[in-house]
Amino acid sequence: MWEYSEKVKDHFFNPRNAGALDGANAVGEVGSLSCGDALKLMLKVNPETEVIEDARFQTFGCGSAIASSSALTELVIGKTIEQARKLTNQDIAEFLDGLPPEKMHCSVMGQEALTAAVAQWRGEELEDDDHEEGALICKCFAVDEGMIERAVRTNKLTSLEALTHYTKAGGGCLSCREPLEEMLAQLNAEMVAEGLITAEQAFVFGAAPKPKKKKKAGFELPPMPVPAVGAEAPKPVMPVVAQDGAAMAVPISIQPLAAAPAPAAEAPAAPTGRTPAQEAILVARTVEEMRPVFQRDGGDVELVDLEGSLVLVHLKGACAGCSAASLTLGGLQKQITEALGRTVRVLPVANA
Amino acid sequence: MTPIYLDNNATTRVHPEVVEAMLPFFTEQFGNASSIHAFGAEVGSALRKARRAVQALIGAEHDHEVIFTSGGTESNNTAIRSALAANPNRTEIITSAVEHPAILELCAWLEKHEGVTVHRIPVDREGRLDIEAYRNALSEKTALVSFMWANNETGTVFPIEGLAELAKEAGALFHTDAVQAAGKLPIQVKGTDIDMLSLSSHKLHGPKGLGALYVKRGTRFRPLQRGGHQERGRRAGTENAPAIIGLGKAAEMALATMTEDATRMAGLRDRLEKGLVQQIGHCFVTGDPLDRLPNTSTVAFEFIEGEAILLKLNQHGIAASSGSACTSGSLEPSHVLRAMDIPFTAAHGAIRFSLSRETTGEEVDRVLAVMPEIIGGLREMSPFWTPEGPAADAFNPAYA
Repeated sequence: MWEYSEKVKDHFFNPRNAGALDGANAVGEVGSLSCGDALKLMLKVNPETEVIEDARFQTFGCGSAIASSSALTELVIGKTIEQARKLTNQDIAEFLDGLPPEKMHCSVMGQEALTAAVAQWRGEELEDDDHEEGALICKCFAVDEGMIERAVRTNKLTSLEALTHYTKAGGGCLSCREPLEEMLAQLNAEMVAEGLITAEQAFVFGAAPKPKKKKKAGFELPPMPVPAVGAEAPKPVMPVVAQDGAAMAVPISIQPLAAAPAPAAEAPAAPTGRTPAQEAILVARTVEEMRPVFQRDGGDVELVDLEGSLVLVHLKGACAGCSAASLTLGGLQKQITEALGRTVRVLPVANA
Repeated sequence: MTPIYLDNNATTRVHPEVVEAMLPFFTEQFGNASSIHAFGAEVGSALRKARRAVQALIGAEHDHEVIFTSGGTESNNTAIRSALAANPNRTEIITSAVEHPAILELCAWLEKHEGVTVHRIPVDREGRLDIEAYRNALSEKTALVSFMWANNETGTVFPIEGLAELAKEAGALFHTDAVQAAGKLPIQVKGTDIDMLSLSSHKLHGPKGLGALYVKRGTRFRPLQRGGHQERGRRAGTENAPAIIGLGKAAEMALATMTEDATRMAGLRDRLEKGLVQQIGHCFVTGDPLDRLPNTSTVAFEFIEGEAILLKLNQHGIAASSGSACTSGSLEPSHVLRAMDIPFTAAHGAIRFSLSRETTGEEVDRVLAVMPEIIGGLREMSPFWTPEGPAADAFNPAYA
């Protein structure tokens, strides 16, 4: 069962303003039966003052969809159209004391219905088949560019996973993955420029693992130039990682490691342009992010040293001496390789 | 308000007599069956008894055809991987579109990573297998056919013995995932062409973490895990003696009263379904009306969503389940209902009630007493519904 807040439960079990609204003069309808949720928001707007005097909803959907719709009506009643227009899905989620991450799309649906109702009030009819707000990106859930932009900006989304949780885009057939990544990277870059998020937080196009390309690029270890900082050349070492197993042992995370700075408009960031200290920080952060994977198996991992293309780690607890740990190390190796933009080998060492 | 548990296809309550049978094997007869001393010997004979109980439940010819595993999923993995490894010249698997993820996800993985060709045989609106498609898929390249005995969502029963015969003609091995059937339907593998059968303990009032794989004597077999002589070298690892003994007891109990339990459960199920369909309307029972598990009923309610129904039922102390998981990541109502081409209008609102031999008529009546109000209340809120009835056309979203 989902962990819903008391407020969500209250608004689901005792929905406010449910049902049809006679005399509604602004209506917003979003979603469909096949999507699994749909919302019809009905407003009664005073033509003189533009105050929303009454609001009601009809929703087909899960518990949080109904609660979000109920919250939405409570939020808009008494507001002017102009005030209501500024409401975001965050306001709906906050009103409900939060929603589970996987259910944030319910609050977004509320905001979308409001946007549609406001547009109708102002006579800016959204056409059925012509997506006024840009191209349709996710065909499974009918998510267009406008909706993605609003969700990303309002909620400061910086990963594909979060974007899916908020809009459902990319949650179906995955064919829109690439355009979604492009859009997210571009929006994040704009947000960095506007000072809304930091460069480290920004999603970088290509940062999310792409299964096909990776197999070619990541699995063949090309001879690596010895970086200037590593005083001695890396000793020849046996690869410790079963490369094929790595992909299966570590769930592919679509959360980017948020490492590289947002690409500058003209020149792509050079992967080798970092100082040794910056690289060390990056590797440490990646190891830190991977620790839950090791901890899940009852062990732990600690970064020991960074020597040229070698990343030395110390395995603790159940991972030490466990043959399966090499699979997890393979995942770590992939993540660090991606974060640094150069190939590294992760080796376990006996002592920290 | 006593809670009502109608989610027995997810898991069942361990029967108190099963617990009682298991208890001595934790603190008193805790020996390792492989040991020479008396501690080991006691356990060894109890394990033999449990094995014979499972043998009897599925009508196997020999007790050593039963291998204890950690559950249905391990049994399924073992069967499929063994069949492929033992028949290197055959690289195809035939299965159905409505199998449990334990089969489907493994097949998808094998398809992607190990070059195995997988045929997924479709089903019709009632969930019945397309036998012609199955015949056409069979060839000299088929290593294994794996069909479930009974479907976990709809309860539809496949004609397993006949399907096994067809596999035999093509020289392929035949496996059946009987996790939902074992303990509910009479099974007699002896004399059939079934080579392997998976079952799970916790679906028949036994403990979790235990299952069994039947492997017909003489079937070429490759163990999934090595490292010990247990289970005749076919499944290494110290036996989970208390759980095995628990499964033995559960199997014994299920077999003893199977016919009367099935008759009673089917009666209650029919009462539930009749009541729902008559009182509520715009809903229908899914699955094969002529051949279903006696305990399983999935009813699809149109124009409302399953999770909302479950939350409301839960408020009344009633536990059921829905095929749909309304999350951003998995929109599909249920792969089983979609394979049956149940329209979206109803598939999102499908609720599964799965009874057990402990279910009572009073419990069914309590469900019937609350459901009309739950469904009616949610429909009143649905944009696809008006006081006059369904109104799918009344809703014209800006985009959909």
